[in-house]
Amino acid sequence: MGKYILKRFGYMLTALFVIVTLTFLLMQLLPGTPYGNVDELTDNQIELLDKRYGLDQPVAVQYVKYLGNLLQGDLGVSFTYTGRSVNTIIAERIGPSALIGMQGLIFGTFVGLILGIVSALRHNTFLDYGSVVIAVLGMSIPAFVFAALMQYYIGVQWKLLPPALWEGYANTIMPSIALSVTVMATVARFIRSEMLEVLGQDYVITARAKGISQFNVTVKHVIRNALIPVLTMLAPLTVSLLTGTLVIEKIFAVPGIGEQFTMSIMVNDYSVIMGITIFYSFLFVSIIFIVDLLYGLLDPRIRLDGGKRE
Amino acid sequence: MDEILQVKDLDVSFKTYNGETNVLRGVNFSVQKGGTLAIVGESGSGKSVSAKTIMQLLPKQNSIVNNGEVLFEGENLLTYNEREMRKVRGSDISMVFQDPMTSLNPTMSIGKQIMEGLLEHQNLSKKQAYDTAVGLIDLVGISNPESRMKEYPHQFSGGMRQRIVVAMAIACKPRILIADEPTTALDVTIQAQILDLMKDLQNQLDTSIIIITHDLGVVANMAQRVAVMYAGRVVEIGTVDELFYESKHPYTWGLLSSMPKLHEDEREPLVPIVGSPPDLEQPIQGCPFAPRCPYAMKVCHSHMPEDFSVSDTHASACWLLDERAPEVKAPVGTEVNANE
Amino acid sequence: MSEHRDHISEDMFTPDPIVGKEETQVSDTPQLSFWKDAWIRLRRNKGAVISIVLLLFITIMAFVGPMMNEYTYKDQQIAHSHLPPKVVGLEWIGFDGTDKNGVDVYKEKGIEDVYWFGTDQFGRDIWTRVWEGTKISLYIAFLAAALDLIIGVVYGGISAFYGGRVDNVMQRIIEVLVGIPNLILIVLFILILEPGILSITLALVITGWVNMARVVRGELLQLKGQEFVLASRTLGSSDFKLITKHLLPNALGSIIVTLMFTIPTAIFFEAFLSFIGLGLQPPLASLGVLIEDGYRTMQLLPYKMIYPAIVISVIMICFNVLADGLRDALDPKMRK
Repeated sequence: MGKYILKRFGYMLTALFVIVTLTFLLMQLLPGTPYGNVDELTDNQIELLDKRYGLDQPVAVQYVKYLGNLLQGDLGVSFTYTGRSVNTIIAERIGPSALIGMQGLIFGTFVGLILGIVSALRHNTFLDYGSVVIAVLGMSIPAFVFAALMQYYIGVQWKLLPPALWEGYANTIMPSIALSVTVMATVARFIRSEMLEVLGQDYVITARAKGISQFNVTVKHVIRNALIPVLTMLAPLTVSLLTGTLVIEKIFAVPGIGEQFTMSIMVNDYSVIMGITIFYSFLFVSIIFIVDLLYGLLDPRIRLDGGKRE
Repeated sequence: MDEILQVKDLDVSFKTYNGETNVLRGVNFSVQKGGTLAIVGESGSGKSVSAKTIMQLLPKQNSIVNNGEVLFEGENLLTYNEREMRKVRGSDISMVFQDPMTSLNPTMSIGKQIMEGLLEHQNLSKKQAYDTAVGLIDLVGISNPESRMKEYPHQFSGGMRQRIVVAMAIACKPRILIADEPTTALDVTIQAQILDLMKDLQNQLDTSIIIITHDLGVVANMAQRVAVMYAGRVVEIGTVDELFYESKHPYTWGLLSSMPKLHEDEREPLVPIVGSPPDLEQPIQGCPFAPRCPYAMKVCHSHMPEDFSVSDTHASACWLLDERAPEVKAPVGTEVNANE
Repeated sequence: MSEHRDHISEDMFTPDPIVGKEETQVSDTPQLSFWKDAWIRLRRNKGAVISIVLLLFITIMAFVGPMMNEYTYKDQQIAHSHLPPKVVGLEWIGFDGTDKNGVDVYKEKGIEDVYWFGTDQFGRDIWTRVWEGTKISLYIAFLAAALDLIIGVVYGGISAFYGGRVDNVMQRIIEVLVGIPNLILIVLFILILEPGILSITLALVITGWVNMARVVRGELLQLKGQEFVLASRTLGSSDFKLITKHLLPNALGSIIVTLMFTIPTAIFFEAFLSFIGLGLQPPLASLGVLIEDGYRTMQLLPYKMIYPAIVISVIMICFNVLADGLRDALDPKMRK
């Protein structure tokens, strides 16, 4: 088990290192300058700014410096918002993103689990077909289309919920639901096929042959074995949540990290783009790591042998 | 009679996307108290389906029992609902499956898996169930039972796992143990151990056994009585001696002569049965074996033979037993008998 | 019992074996080839069939649609801006050229021309732009999928076929790559390359091929251990022949299914990029660009967003349903 954790931790660090390096190099290739009002600046002023941000130094030196700062948790300063550090910007904006992200994740997973489990247990019935259709729609209709429609009808036409901005809990509901759709569909489809596979396993028949009730077989043997692989979905789900927040925060004007990211892209604010990229990657890589650990804990085949899962 | 289980006229169909497939077409057999019945036949002949029908473990959505009775101590199990059936499964009748690699839940400790059935059927406390489970692991010949309780299936070898499966099956001292090809997936040496284990337990617990196999060696080793299945029917049933030495059915002859024997003239080649079993999706007219039978008569292609009783214990569904049929000398059996 | 038996006449009991007489008659159930069987199964899947038909229709419309009226996707006619949809003969289901307040904009502005899906702020015909956009979106998706396929098959194939250290190194690279959120990488690449059809496609491929490579490797590894491959190897087949004759055809099912899921993903990401402002530059338009454009004025002119949104949703649904159908049809485990 110790070896397994170490190995996973190694991958995590390597991935992070690759991401940081890659981001840094890509940023060097970016066209344009990071200063918003470049036309009004004299060459002299640009030089001064370059000096102030350390951009006059060779790329290698900048890189080492950046890495050094990063190790201390410092993501640098924004070029657009003078004097504000990327850390502050992220800290200010993480709250709304985390809130709608978690709400979306929990709600989507919950509904997805129910849909998927019901679907598998009532395989080839109308309940099954119904949930499959919902899942396919959820997978297929782009989140921003869904969000825009929801905003238009629920927010603007029927005025059931505030259509945008961030003024109270009611503002979190639509963004969370919009985020949850992909999660719900992904989980539902995944759990359905896992359940169907487990239901066909010999050990399920063995359990039934022992006289265990259908309910207990489902809970103790089927769902447990079907749920473990669902953990692996957490990483792709995080990605879809991150992707989702970019557009959904834009649509609902949620002051979160995603909105900041799209804004920074518009104004070429290197350090913020980099900072958020690295922050997202760190989040993602940590989740992969945690999932691997949990997988190890839940699946005795890995827990005890540190062996590979198939 | 001291018959603990009687299967009568069992007729089962599966729904497939091509329509219905009639997989059991009137199966009849019975099991004696404390005795062992072997069911032999090729793959797809309906052996496992018969077993699963007895246990009512066939998936309900795509299987239909058209007709028949499964009498367990006089009670028809097919009339039981799921709740009543649950009390029978694992307690009165239990089952051992073919592949020990897949028939244990990989994420549950084996102790828990053994205790599960005990807790379900017998009013035991957790502690009692635990002690019983430890005793069972010991009984099936695995050392250090206490420490192995906490282990998971992947930590056991195939033979060990099958011992666990057997322990699980006998946990509640069932009246009948159905073993569906219990040794097919195991090494030859392990096979013998598992069979011996089952025989020992049978003697200790006075359990009846139905063993499903396509290995005639296993039949000779384990059973007193044999039912030969072909295309969803029992074509011949009798004691081991009757079937091995006085068989009246050409299919059984075929099975016997396709089996290698130790003390036989080595130059004599094994005789395969020509052709392959019929497509069960199509209705079958006449004897299902007729197209492959070298002794087939006109009647065989048009009329399904009924069971001809040969002796009290021996019946065979073959038109050759009709008094009007020509005399045919069995190619196997009698000679073997003479040699011994 | 015997009473039934007596009905049978004596002469029925003459030997009449089939065996040996006509060898061919014994055991010849028609064997369906794998692909034929899969095709039959796919045809049985109503959703998949409808999806194929719809996708064909949309693809054809992507080419024919823009030619169905006299407008082009880039000609601006400011006088004709913001006209609601109007179809002569379909006024009764809403294509009547009236805006949200029920005013007939065409009459008000005195315009004789008819725009089926209306016009945008520059007076460009939305019908033409939607189908042009569909063409571009499909083009990007298919190109990305094709590149994914090539890279994925080569990478996964080499990794699985040579195994050992090669495989080990290649897999470590993949392990690191999957640790990078693809979305971030795509965004960064677009930022550098400047949005364009090719750059968007390349950005999608940069992360997209990994999945295909994993599928191919997994599939080939499984096949490699099977006996027919060993047999072929024992008979002295060359590596090339082994790969092309035995391994790839058997892995084809999974490859097709993966490919089918790649296409909607690519379409989605392209639209997503457009939506966060990294899409194609005007006057070019993909479905995503149109949706983004429509979204900005959705409260006043909902029709601008509706049509591209419907087309993209239908495409996505069809590809997903088709991919599901193909998976069911090609999955040998589900063969009876």
